[in-house]
Amino acid sequence: MDYLLQFYAIYGSVINFIGINALLGLSLNVTLAAGMLSLGNAAFAGLGGYTAGILSLHYKLPYAVSLAGGACTAGIVALIIGLPVLRLRGVFLAMATLAFGEVVRLAAVNLNITGGAEGLTGIPQATTTWTIYLVLAGAAYFIAVLRRSRLGWGLMSMREDETAAGSLGIHITYYKVVAFVVGAMLAGLAGGLYAHLNYLITPRDFGFFIAVDLLTYNIVGGIGVWYGPILGAATLTALPEVLRGVGVTAGPIRMGINGLILLLVILFLPNGLASLFSGKRSAAVKAATG
Amino acid sequence: MNRLLVEKISRSFGGVQALDDVSFVVEPGTIHGLIGPNGAGKTTLINILSGLLPPSAGRMSYKDRDLHRLAVHQMAAIGIARTFQNIRLFPRMSCLENVQAGQHLTSRRSLVPRLLQLPSARHEDRRLYKKAMETLARVGLDDKAHYQSRNLSYGERRRLEIARALSLNPSLLLLDEPVAGMRQGEAAVVADLLRSLCREGMTILLIEHNMSFVMSLCSCVTVLNFGRVITTGSPTDVRACREVVEAYLGAGEPHA
Repeated sequence: MDYLLQFYAIYGSVINFIGINALLGLSLNVTLAAGMLSLGNAAFAGLGGYTAGILSLHYKLPYAVSLAGGACTAGIVALIIGLPVLRLRGVFLAMATLAFGEVVRLAAVNLNITGGAEGLTGIPQATTTWTIYLVLAGAAYFIAVLRRSRLGWGLMSMREDETAAGSLGIHITYYKVVAFVVGAMLAGLAGGLYAHLNYLITPRDFGFFIAVDLLTYNIVGGIGVWYGPILGAATLTALPEVLRGVGVTAGPIRMGINGLILLLVILFLPNGLASLFSGKRSAAVKAATG
Repeated sequence: MNRLLVEKISRSFGGVQALDDVSFVVEPGTIHGLIGPNGAGKTTLINILSGLLPPSAGRMSYKDRDLHRLAVHQMAAIGIARTFQNIRLFPRMSCLENVQAGQHLTSRRSLVPRLLQLPSARHEDRRLYKKAMETLARVGLDDKAHYQSRNLSYGERRRLEIARALSLNPSLLLLDEPVAGMRQGEAAVVADLLRSLCREGMTILLIEHNMSFVMSLCSCVTVLNFGRVITTGSPTDVRACREVVEAYLGAGEPHA
């Protein structure tokens, strides 16, 4: 017990970040499962984080209300930009969502209410490890169930073949927007948790590299199952600490090592780390894997 | 009336007139063939009838409902299902899952009862599973339910695509070359299936180059050439039509 407490005292923040990153990874998984390559989820997390922070700090709203406000703001913005942007496919969608991310970052730098480049400071620290993992468990359950629902079947069919999916009566545009909004809301929720964990949120916290990290979590962990992005986020978030433990100071070479892992996974485990655990159910997993 | 009415449908792609003033009627509960040389506009017509392409001009209606400007998913909702010439299955899903994906409109896989683990969700899943297995059995693929669809043979894929279309519970089935690439025996199995669907009241419009298949199965055949209807009539009439022989069937060849 003492050992566990000591471990938590040292690695508590890593454990918290694993949870938040896993939640962010899951948020992108919803859109990836529908075959949409969006790089906007980091920005949605930023939107949610700032909104939740402002609601707590300036309007003194309770923690849960601020979190919900952050998630809903991200969802509403996703709905507004989703309708035009989701007409794009593949890399074009990625580019448009990336541009959206830059817009959000620049807005955060230049607005007064967001505290400019310094960021928003003094947000009450209300997020605990328990809240993060409770929300993560809820989100993972939601995603796992979603996959077997009408929406999930629709998204899976769309990813396989949009034309054929349409001919089965699946309203492609509607389902794309729903997946985009659900993903954005989850990301916004993760952003709110982050802001209330860190006292502080800055425009850098959800920039381009984070957007790419979220994609990496999904690819390393596996897109096909709900626990894929969680595995990916846990592996890649814990990695710098593990490296430090064996005497390698991470820092600049972290990106290189992330890239190496990504490459190895793509080459040898095309369905991600999750395929290591799927064992005999591989047929079903393969069926659901992107 | 439940018939499909195609009235003066035209469609051009830039300077190419793919369909020019095409009109015909598909009577309910019949198997109607659409034949013609390559590039005659058959697939374009199926794409228009399934909502994938808008026509440049003309009208079409089904069950007295105007189909003008309906999107693909709306066509499916009023009971029009289709297969594709180049087979568009979901490759990373099993046969069973392909059929289950086709149950989109006939299922109630709502999210909330599922989140709450209500027994109704489990009942629905069991019902859909049973239904999907029955549909697979109809096309003779129930023993391969858990195979990945990309591992099937060409003919099996065609049959699976028909099964997926059937899981929509359609009243009108549009088939784009359902027996292309099939062996004789396999094609006969598909012909039997289509006949039994027709007996149950389903209307079928199919494109096919296999003439013995078309002539033995269809009660009515429409012949297209360069986007125009040459003739519509019974297989015997069509075979006797001089223009059809010149454009498509070829003169002096014995037809089985």
